[in-house]
Amino acid sequence: MDIVILGLPMMYYIAMVAKVLVAFVFVLLTVAYATYAERKIIGHMQVRLGPMRTGWHGLLQPIADGVKLFFKEEIVPSQASTFAFLVAPLIALIPAFITFAVIPFGGVIEVAGYKIPLQIAAYFDTTAGKVFDVNVGVLYILAMSSLGVYGIVLAGWASNSKYSLLGGLRASAQMISYELSAGLSIVAVFMLSGTLSMNEIVKLQSGLGGFEWYVFKQPLAFVMFFICSIAEINRTPFDLPEAETELVSGFCTEYSSMKYAMFFMAEYANMVTVCALTTTLFLGGWNGPLATTIPLLGPVYFVAKVYFLIFFCMWLRATVPRYRYDQLMHLGWKVFIPLALLNIVVTGIWNFIIQ
Amino acid sequence: MNPIKTFVPIINGLKITLGHMFKKPITLQYPDERPKVATRFRGLHALNVSHNKAKCVACYLCPTVCPAKCITVEAGEDANHDKFASVYEIDMLRCIFCGYCVEACPVDAIKMTGEFELANYRREDFVYSKERLLEKK
Repeated sequence: MDIVILGLPMMYYIAMVAKVLVAFVFVLLTVAYATYAERKIIGHMQVRLGPMRTGWHGLLQPIADGVKLFFKEEIVPSQASTFAFLVAPLIALIPAFITFAVIPFGGVIEVAGYKIPLQIAAYFDTTAGKVFDVNVGVLYILAMSSLGVYGIVLAGWASNSKYSLLGGLRASAQMISYELSAGLSIVAVFMLSGTLSMNEIVKLQSGLGGFEWYVFKQPLAFVMFFICSIAEINRTPFDLPEAETELVSGFCTEYSSMKYAMFFMAEYANMVTVCALTTTLFLGGWNGPLATTIPLLGPVYFVAKVYFLIFFCMWLRATVPRYRYDQLMHLGWKVFIPLALLNIVVTGIWNFIIQ
Repeated sequence: MNPIKTFVPIINGLKITLGHMFKKPITLQYPDERPKVATRFRGLHALNVSHNKAKCVACYLCPTVCPAKCITVEAGEDANHDKFASVYEIDMLRCIFCGYCVEACPVDAIKMTGEFELANYRREDFVYSKERLLEKK
């Protein structure tokens, strides 16, 4: 392989593409099996079994669901605005997946003499001897997660149904107000790290055997960010946009077959992304014992932490009932935003005193 | 908003759900696992047999007492000039499984079994004839 493109050999590009593919397929599988895990975990928490009949202990259930949804009839309501109706699931799904591009899921591994950082949007510069990634990675994530709102609002509007419209409206109000407090609560982290690059943030948390994690320095920010993230991705206890008791199925009431599956996937992909982001920002990312000496351990630690947070989301869903809409708005605007601002002020004063 | 009042109940709830996760599920995997039917369960009827024929003497007490009017009996005379039920039908679509027929029977000719899977594809199949009701040994 001595074909050289832009001064880099073919092998390098193959390794890069392989990295992207492996990461994407892994996220996709996690999304598929998160649905299974959710049904199983909540089932057991309610002293039931969950899916049992498709494959051993229901292990093929996500595949069966996918195949079923794929072959279902595609219904577009006659009064719906067709283009927006068709494009909305894509707008919801794509930002959920591309957010993953800047999340580092491991250190630097060496393949055939080339150092490859385990982060999709990153490369290892041999002359500088360090990893370069998107230096405003968090900003990119915040931007992408706010794009996801458009999919849901568009779905609500284009369906031309009262339930969908109300679901879409609720979603937009909720996601925008919680995005504000989620963004504000992680500002405190950036005041400590001094960078927005995800790779740098992970590196800063590597010391002291885990006690450098930002969850210990910023516990309030961690709790607030996690709660606001759950609210932003519309999961229980904040799943008002699809409150089936009031709104049938919310913004996806009129959707069927693969388009419905896309919303479903977007929801779970968002959950994976948010858990990955929380891990990166607060739980030390891929850091762990021996992770720097054995590079392949990094992704293992990362996945373990992310899965724990996903489990926590499901655990929360099995425990807490849905918030009322006014309580939700009260919590977002009157509790979290002042608390986040206060946290920023206190962190600023603290930083000033230390310096 | 008091943080203690907000978070303590949620944490207690989380403890409860986690505790339940490790309990044995109460689900019965129905077609594979069979439920234990109580001995006094009132399911499908069966006509008791003695000396290779039904004990029923066609006294009409069961259709009389039946509140749902689901039992049809016609009396016949056999070779020994004894009365017997030439027709004995129970319409399971009408039957309310009250068990009064069993209580009323003076010769202990009818009983109720633990059989509860009574679904069928055609309405005619729900009318159980004498042959189908005879107790299976």
